[in-house]
Amino acid sequence: MNCKSVIREISDYIDGALEPELKQELEQHMEHCEDCKMVVDQTKQTVDVFCDSEPIELPIDVKTRLHEALRRKISEKRQ
Amino acid sequence: MLCVNFMDGKARPWPVIGPIQLLSATNPHRFLSSIAKEDEHLLVAAAKRGDAAAFEELVNRYERKIFRLTMNITRNREDAEDAMQDAFLKSYAHLKDFQEDSRFYTWLVRIAANEALMRLRKRRPNQFSLDEPIEGDEDLMPRELEDWGPSPEQRFAQTEMRDILSDVIDKLEPDFRVVFVLRDIEELSTQETAKALGISVPAVKSRLLRARLKLRQKLNRYFRQGGTN
Repeated sequence: MNCKSVIREISDYIDGALEPELKQELEQHMEHCEDCKMVVDQTKQTVDVFCDSEPIELPIDVKTRLHEALRRKISEKRQ
Repeated sequence: MLCVNFMDGKARPWPVIGPIQLLSATNPHRFLSSIAKEDEHLLVAAAKRGDAAAFEELVNRYERKIFRLTMNITRNREDAEDAMQDAFLKSYAHLKDFQEDSRFYTWLVRIAANEALMRLRKRRPNQFSLDEPIEGDEDLMPRELEDWGPSPEQRFAQTEMRDILSDVIDKLEPDFRVVFVLRDIEELSTQETAKALGISVPAVKSRLLRARLKLRQKLNRYFRQGGTN
């Protein structure tokens, strides 16, 4: 496996969706290629940092309008 | 449009909020999602029977995440609010059609993503298309390889990290951003993402790979050892 192939398979590798044979080839390549190892590690960190992100509090005005609209909808449906 | 009802068509009193901030560095409540899954079906069943309080509980539970989703797709606060509202109102109106073969949240995400995409297409008719083929492999090879050091995200305060993530995702092209948001932030499967966006599984995978590599490149500016922003 060459560097170009590693880059192409990064997503499936970090998702654990790579065929065992390909996974082994990719890991063997990384043992000897520091650049590819760095890209793979940093891409995984990129996904993790977004994956761990937490939504901020909903602004109170946005929340109020949402719940008012919802109550109107519920009321309409009941009539 | 539903969004006009509660403001009588007048301009909204949007507070000045500076840069859009939607993401934070840590998620201490991450494990709550597995607890939430356990009783979600009970709330949905009660809501289907007409229990308005049960539906409101579902809204309370997911409103922040749905607003984050619509905001991340549209990158426009007014559109994000409208998309979120319409998503909840439509899910309420069509609750009887929800088959419960997937999580309610996943179904809701699909509705909200479509509402957000509709607004994004309207606002950027010539800049956004999921139908367009994507370029070949040539641009994939990463540039700017620099050591990030151990745990680069820990070097930043929570608010700083929120700004960084908001900045880099804002600069990602919409057709890559949408796929990344559904797959890596909302944690939909590849198949669910493809279904939500009406594109093929290979198209999702291809856009996701490019999105992740582009974001890595953008984060490099902040995370490299001794790097400045």
